[in-house]
Amino acid sequence: MKDTSHINALENEAVYIFREVAAQFERPVLLFSGGKDSITLVRLAQKAFWPAKIPFPLMHIDTGHNFPETIEFRDRLVEELGLELIVRNVQDSIDQGKVKEESGRYSSRNSLQTTTLLDSIEEFKFDACIGGARRDEEKARAKERIFSVRDDFGQWDERNQRPELFDMLNGQIELGQNVRVFPISNWTELDVWSYIKEENIEIPSIYFAHKRKVFLRDGLIWSHSDYVYQEEDEEVLERMVRFRTVGDMSCTAAVFSEASDIESVVAEIRDSTISERGARIDDKRSEAAMEKRKQQGYF
Amino acid sequence: MEVLKIATAGSVDDGKSTLIGRLLYDTKSLTTDKLEAIEKRSKKNGYDYLDFSLATDGLVAEREQGITIDVAHIYFSTKKKSYIIADTPGHVEYTRNMVTGASTSQAAIILIDARKGVIEQTNRHFFINNLLRVKEVIVAINKMDLVEFSEERYNEIKADFEQLMAKRDYEDQKITFIPVSALKGDNVVNRSKNMTWYKGETLLDHLEDLDLAAVSNVGTPRFPVQYVIRPKTDEHHDFRGFAGKIYGGELSVGDEVVALPSQTRSKIKEIYFHDKKYKTASRRSSVTITLEDEINLSRGDMLVKAGDLPTIDKQFTATISWMDSENLSPGKKYVLQHGVHKVLAKVANINHKIHPDYSGVDEKADSLGMNDIAEVTFKLNKPIFYDQFKKHRTNGSFILIDTQSNNTVGAGFIN
Ligand SMILES: Nc1nc2c(ncn2[C@@H]2O[C@H](COP(=O)(O)OP(=O)(O)O)[C@@H](O)[C@H]2O)c(=O)[nH]1
Ligand SMILES: [Mg+2]
Repeated sequence: MKDTSHINALENEAVYIFREVAAQFERPVLLFSGGKDSITLVRLAQKAFWPAKIPFPLMHIDTGHNFPETIEFRDRLVEELGLELIVRNVQDSIDQGKVKEESGRYSSRNSLQTTTLLDSIEEFKFDACIGGARRDEEKARAKERIFSVRDDFGQWDERNQRPELFDMLNGQIELGQNVRVFPISNWTELDVWSYIKEENIEIPSIYFAHKRKVFLRDGLIWSHSDYVYQEEDEEVLERMVRFRTVGDMSCTAAVFSEASDIESVVAEIRDSTISERGARIDDKRSEAAMEKRKQQGYF
Repeated sequence: MEVLKIATAGSVDDGKSTLIGRLLYDTKSLTTDKLEAIEKRSKKNGYDYLDFSLATDGLVAEREQGITIDVAHIYFSTKKKSYIIADTPGHVEYTRNMVTGASTSQAAIILIDARKGVIEQTNRHFFINNLLRVKEVIVAINKMDLVEFSEERYNEIKADFEQLMAKRDYEDQKITFIPVSALKGDNVVNRSKNMTWYKGETLLDHLEDLDLAAVSNVGTPRFPVQYVIRPKTDEHHDFRGFAGKIYGGELSVGDEVVALPSQTRSKIKEIYFHDKKYKTASRRSSVTITLEDEINLSRGDMLVKAGDLPTIDKQFTATISWMDSENLSPGKKYVLQHGVHKVLAKVANINHKIHPDYSGVDEKADSLGMNDIAEVTFKLNKPIFYDQFKKHRTNGSFILIDTQSNNTVGAGFIN
């Protein structure tokens, strides 16, 4: 090819951000969930540093309630790309008595992740944690900076954020602080899916339509699993579904879908009328749910 | 797909959030669940219409007080373009937020309440868009429904605004006037049936037709070295790539380049994006460049075309937008970040404060407070390689970082 003008603005921006992280921080880490956004991050990081290896490790905060497909995928990706992967378990935080397992109808380990994450940041002295959050996902996230400073307690002070001008990213911090970095801040869900399609990026099978045992509650489709609380009168059905976002089994709802390949998934997203986070049970708890969790250090 | 970044400007209650919400609604970008949340909330607040500002006001405090506190970024796309709109708050820290929003935008929408017309705040909004050299400005005269969709009123406001335009020093700036009602939806996405006298485009049509190449100020090519890639593997044993984003024109294989600050010459050997080789690196692409000769370059250095050198200096004068609650005063030292290059800067002198509404300057100024704009002379501990902001938006701008708090406390535009 002759010139680079066809490369999309969002990809150029993400590559630039990755290079800023590598240059400005001593111990960055890429927070890897096994979901499509973090898989996209890995591809972008590869591009940013080629032909050198990605100069930082990946870290997965494992709730123990993940879809098994996600974990298999994660291990294969790390192996194929020769990446370093750190895994820290929410179960350990529970065993150490640092957090208490929730119980009841809406119990989930999703919010327990925060403690395990903050402990791991301290353990490894990470000064930059790269994540796949996007501003279009949720209203509180629309206010996030690309470099977002967290204090010693991992907290986000949304009223007092650094202005970000032009392309300049200010990563100067004090000891004990760290920065959350969001290279795909400006991408929309459709941008991510289109990129996965164009780049032929492999993603876990649960993103495509498959037969699954599910049950219905509050207008959402829940997975039937040992990890998900289910009432006796909530009937188990077998349906063709897929997931638009992948978190814990207990907080990720499915959508009915026949989209079994990337083309039909992209087409479905293009036409869809329910936003991605509409399928996240944790956000339904209240309108301000995400903002509250972020203040406490959630990703 | 093309991405167009737009900043909004307007005083509190002029209807910025409503306008953005309306754009989202009429382009069918609001999803069912978001729409339901807005309906629920509107009802709870006792409104008898849909309050689209709820689509953008994301923080709890904002929803409670019904005002925008922090810049929010809103995304939507059409078949033609992807849009990123910055919804900027209209009160206390306004200048700071507007400067920030405008710095990353190629276009701006200035809102005017048709009942109030051009007010002092409008001068400021326009001034900042001039200062930041935003090339494409749309003046949306809003709430036309409250002035009976009057053409006369529209022309009056337009004439007032044109008087302001005579004061700017930016001839290339393009200005378009559109009469709208954000609340009712007139001329936002759909043509107004109430203002058939208006023959121009609707807001969305205008945005759709903008030529992205034409709205950018293209300077001469500058390549700041962001990161040096040395894989040290058997396969790429001697690879030494200079990673960075190219600003301004373009650079091609074979171009004779000068490395700054050493002023060593070399030629571009290869241009990579990921593992693919290209002949030319176009502006704003994040490439990796290798050179014919072994030159020692590190982060903060710069590659430019031979015969097209920027100014290399340890002292300059710049227009500053101050963004911190702690004052700037002569003698204070800051970290100055110019692109990816950091140096120490000392405030040599505050030459004058500039009233950001075209009403002149204060010759005597001892210090600068939050939201002040001023001309300041700086002395640096090391030279930087800059262009005038007028000629090069990226290579002519910098930020100031407080050495104690590490906060970004100001933005500068080099004169
Ligand atoms: N009648 C009328 N009211 C409007 C229009 N646009 C906005 N408003 C109202 O003006 C008020 C302030 O709007 P908002 O979008 O919050 O203003 P912002 O502070 O600039 O974001 C709200 O009550 C809106 O409903 C309009 O075109 N016509
Ligand atoms: Mg508002």
